[in-house]
Amino acid sequence: MIKHFITLQWKSFWRSASLTSGLFMKLFMGFWALWLAFVSAIGGVAVFKLLKDELNLDPLETVNRFLIYWLVFDLIFRYALQKMPIINIKPLLLLPFKKKKIVSFAFGKTALSFFNVIHAFFFIPFSVVLIQNDYPVIHVLLWNVGLIAIIYSTNFLNIILNKKDNLIFIIGGVLAIFAGLHYFGYFDVTLYTGPFFQALYEVPMFILIPIAILIVLLVISFRSFVRDLYLDAGLVTKSKEIKTENLDWLDRFGKTATFLKNDIKLIKRNKRARSTVLVSFLFLFYGLLFFTGAIESYDKPIWKMFAAIFVTGGFLLSFGQFVPSWDSSYYPLMMSQNIRYKEYLSSKWWLMVIATLIATVLASGYLYFGWDVYLAIIVAAIYNIGVNSHVVLWAGAYVKTPIDLTSNKKAFGDKQAFNTKTLLLSLPKMALPMGLYAIGHYTYGPYAGYALVTIVGFAGFAFKDAVFSKIESIYRTEKYKTIAAYKQKN
Amino acid sequence: MITIHSLTKTYTGNTVLNIENLEIQKGNSFGLVGNNGAGKTTLFSTLLDLIQPTTGYIESMGIKVNESEDWKAITSAFIDETFLIGYLTAEEYFYFIGELRGQNKADVDTLLAEFEDFFHGEILGQKKYLRDLSKGNQKKVGIIAALIGNPEVIILDEPFANLDPTTQIRLKKIIKELSVNPEVTVLVSSHDLMHVTEVCERIVVLDKGEVVKDLATSEATLKELEEHFNK
Repeated sequence: MIKHFITLQWKSFWRSASLTSGLFMKLFMGFWALWLAFVSAIGGVAVFKLLKDELNLDPLETVNRFLIYWLVFDLIFRYALQKMPIINIKPLLLLPFKKKKIVSFAFGKTALSFFNVIHAFFFIPFSVVLIQNDYPVIHVLLWNVGLIAIIYSTNFLNIILNKKDNLIFIIGGVLAIFAGLHYFGYFDVTLYTGPFFQALYEVPMFILIPIAILIVLLVISFRSFVRDLYLDAGLVTKSKEIKTENLDWLDRFGKTATFLKNDIKLIKRNKRARSTVLVSFLFLFYGLLFFTGAIESYDKPIWKMFAAIFVTGGFLLSFGQFVPSWDSSYYPLMMSQNIRYKEYLSSKWWLMVIATLIATVLASGYLYFGWDVYLAIIVAAIYNIGVNSHVVLWAGAYVKTPIDLTSNKKAFGDKQAFNTKTLLLSLPKMALPMGLYAIGHYTYGPYAGYALVTIVGFAGFAFKDAVFSKIESIYRTEKYKTIAAYKQKN
Repeated sequence: MITIHSLTKTYTGNTVLNIENLEIQKGNSFGLVGNNGAGKTTLFSTLLDLIQPTTGYIESMGIKVNESEDWKAITSAFIDETFLIGYLTAEEYFYFIGELRGQNKADVDTLLAEFEDFFHGEILGQKKYLRDLSKGNQKKVGIIAALIGNPEVIILDEPFANLDPTTQIRLKKIIKELSVNPEVTVLVSSHDLMHVTEVCERIVVLDKGEVVKDLATSEATLKELEEHFNK
């Protein structure tokens, strides 16, 4: 039985339409996963030395103290990144499998997930070092068993949380409050959780607690999955009552307004598009890493430009790279309707311009770090509007990954539009403004750098029509391929 | 007039469409029947320039569809759910299509009012996105949207499938009324022989991409078709 499921998975991977770009992305992610595992393993060894020799703390006790934050971050990462164990369930429902079998397989798949395995790369080397340093073997092993149980508990907790929309925010909020209280020294939650993890090591019977929790969570999530294997339960797409919207005030944009109205609805009403907006909002804070001097190697002046491009261009970069894939689910309609590509494109362009302007205004908080920083942001905004908006649309024209608007899970990475053409076109987005700034900065000074980037930004406007006609011709030549590619879902 | 000139479509050595010559007169109501894989949807998609022909071309009202895009202003179609925008309500979708086809809200409202009984109170004012409507109701929306903006060529791929009996009867009436207009050419495909013989003046049978029968509809047509498919 399991064999059937595995062959199904195997086929769905190899036969998917976006295999080549998907494969590249998987290799790319695989590389990062290996790197992360490697770093964790080194970390496991290094942490012991660091804590003991440099800070004169008991390594195990210290790790136990901060373990709660490790687990919290793990949970948040899982919530954002880990995909739910959904195999293509509907066609299996009628076949002679026990429903429990389907769920077991799906759960078994999550057990082997990267998010569970990665922890071992840290804790196993750490434990080996512990044992080498005369910590009793049995106790270290029990501690490990306890941790495994806890990590799998977060795995299933994540599965349960994923089905409830708002729970994660409540939990996240509570944890943020605890972290804040800890940071400002009012209340240290680790004083209470630390001893618990320590007890796993010291008192053998204690490991029954995490194992019991694991079993409870496993049973709850298993039951709820089995219960939800009905078309009108877990497999249903929720719909709530909604209103027809006019958005007539957009009519002042003329012909473009037709599409602009649609695009705004697209963003408001689809999970995937909404999360793009959220991501671009988070990009607003990206500059904090650079402008606060938090990371030393980012202090070089050219990184200022890099950060400023991201601060103002978060939406442009994350939304723009998927034009026209946002419209993939009704692309044949768009291609057979009475549509001028120019109007269609300029609607997307306006959206990006408006978003960049809003980001620039919101980024005025960076004035706190001085006029110079905000100047960099304004210059970057001009470059984003003048040059990057065109480049992004151009690169998007080569993207043929259909987007499932209603699902959220693929928003991060996994089947990203990743091919050499888009990669090449992403160079001018970052490298060019950084290079231009560097030239100005190192010949005459920072203002020359800003001036150079600004000039190129304004010059970009001059090419708007040329770029739009270029994109139009790409759309035309790639039309049939694009339609065929969008037809293949998932 | 729609003219098909030695049109073929081949996928990796497999010919799915091969039509030497076919003319569809303006104002005609044209029915396309054939078993699965006969090439009906491929033909319609080629006519809408969604699929590139391997050889040959289609001319619609004197415009080569794969070269110029001027046919778009006079053509409308509903092939499948990829012609619907899932995150809009029915009204929003109609107005969107209306705007694309140069119709203001009042124009669209007037048109929609004519089809109130076709909608059967299940489309307008539903507080639902199109993606949450049932298959049949989605089809109703798509069909009526294809009538917006006085198109001269209307292409409907299997419009009767998924519709309830009442709506099927109403749709037949709508198509018949459309074909009375000498300016409007209606192209319909169907698996239901009875429906096509009822609404179409001319019926072409496709088999493995080739035209095997070309009939002007008469009393005997239904029988002839049934015999053909019973072989």
